[in-house]
Amino acid sequence: MERSNWISLLIALTFIAIWEFACGWFSVPDFILPAPSEILKTTVLKTSLLLPHAGVTALEIIMGIFLSLLVAVPLATVMFACPSIERALSPFLVASQAVPVFALAPLLVIWLGYGLASKVLMAAIIIFFPITVSLLEGYKNCDREYAVFFDLMGAGSWKKLRLLYWPWALPYFFSGLRVGVTVATIGAVIGEWVGAQRGLGYLMIQANARLQVSLVFAAIVWLSAMGLALWVFVGFLERKVIYWK
Amino acid sequence: MLSVSGLTKKFEDLTVMEGFDLTVRRGGFTTLIGPSGCGKSTLFDVLTGVFPRDGGRISWLGEDVPDLMGRAAYMQQKDLLLPWFSLIDNALLPAKIAGDSENWSREKASALFNRLGLHDFEDYMPQKVSGGMRQRCALVRTLMFEHELVLLDEPISSLDAITRRSLQGLLLLLQSEFNKTILMITHDIEEALLMSDELLVLTPMPMRIRERFVLEMPKPGRSSNPELLKIKEHVLEELEGDLDGTI
Repeated sequence: MERSNWISLLIALTFIAIWEFACGWFSVPDFILPAPSEILKTTVLKTSLLLPHAGVTALEIIMGIFLSLLVAVPLATVMFACPSIERALSPFLVASQAVPVFALAPLLVIWLGYGLASKVLMAAIIIFFPITVSLLEGYKNCDREYAVFFDLMGAGSWKKLRLLYWPWALPYFFSGLRVGVTVATIGAVIGEWVGAQRGLGYLMIQANARLQVSLVFAAIVWLSAMGLALWVFVGFLERKVIYWK
Repeated sequence: MLSVSGLTKKFEDLTVMEGFDLTVRRGGFTTLIGPSGCGKSTLFDVLTGVFPRDGGRISWLGEDVPDLMGRAAYMQQKDLLLPWFSLIDNALLPAKIAGDSENWSREKASALFNRLGLHDFEDYMPQKVSGGMRQRCALVRTLMFEHELVLLDEPISSLDAITRRSLQGLLLLLQSEFNKTILMITHDIEEALLMSDELLVLTPMPMRIRERFVLEMPKPGRSSNPELLKIKEHVLEELEGDLDGTI
């Protein structure tokens, strides 16, 4: 392990140790702030309760990512291919970021119901922007000399996109996707808070109402682990796909 | 034969060339040399249609053409190899774009790799090999175009002296073995004298041909030819004169 990793581990362990010690020393009740050992116990012992909810949230996140990709990739490509469309859509894209996405959650629940759809859409909306913008940026960043060279070879638009622009933009796309997958968790959980029957967000609201704070923390641990796993998976995928870097 | 007459190109107030004429014999190797910034590269951009021209005619093999895009192979200082393709796949790019048969093209590219000393390196990624090898691969890619006319824009000037020398020999194969008609621009007088059949010395902007030398002596052994040394001195004096004028 590298020196920096050791330092990170040391900081984390120190923080947890102080937390654990402080809870015992000040006799903080579990329903205010449970000690890390208590949270760990709940995280492990309540696996059978947490797992089905985590499965639902994971499904919402993954479907949200796919839905977002399904719209973001063609949209960024069309915007790149037709600058007039880009100019026309850019103000809307920027304005969409000015809308607080969380405020949309209650509306989505009204429109799409308490099931998966509203949460999937919530996750998709939240990651759509970073993916679209970074892919578009990647296309635009292609060296003009290469584009001219492709023209000189008589390459049509499709071949230029497939053989030049798309591979060129891939590193940008993946950096957008990495940002996206980490915030997708937020989208799904907010959706579940507002109205759901299953999922870790739903579980958190239920546990909160019953002052089962260690269960709330256990759900947060599971959510963080899922976000981290997705982040690691995208990194792995990136290294496989962008094999030339 | 490539024939260019009355070519004019202006960028707002800047006249890069006006009424520029040029003829390249079929199967010949013509080199344009001129002071830096005289508009050599713009000439190629206009010939290939990257920039529209403001006047003049271009004809290739006796037929007027709008430009040379899709009619000429092009090789420049930057090798423009794609980092996501292996060397052989980079060489196959013109075939992929033209939609040629994969097997036949691969055989042809493989044979060229062998001929240019790149065998065993077909599956290497460009970032893993030297600048000289990358440029050799770019040369194979140039040869993969089914075009008789080849435009070379300072193709080897970014390489070190030793690599450049071996690449010069390989560039000559374009003419001697593959019967290409070549138009090269360079600022390296020695390179021009060693390789060309015809040397055209250009003026600063607005660019025109100042002097023309026909070099009929055999290419091997040119480096010590006294006549060429005289031409070299003469051209260098002219180019340095231009430089003095600009300082």
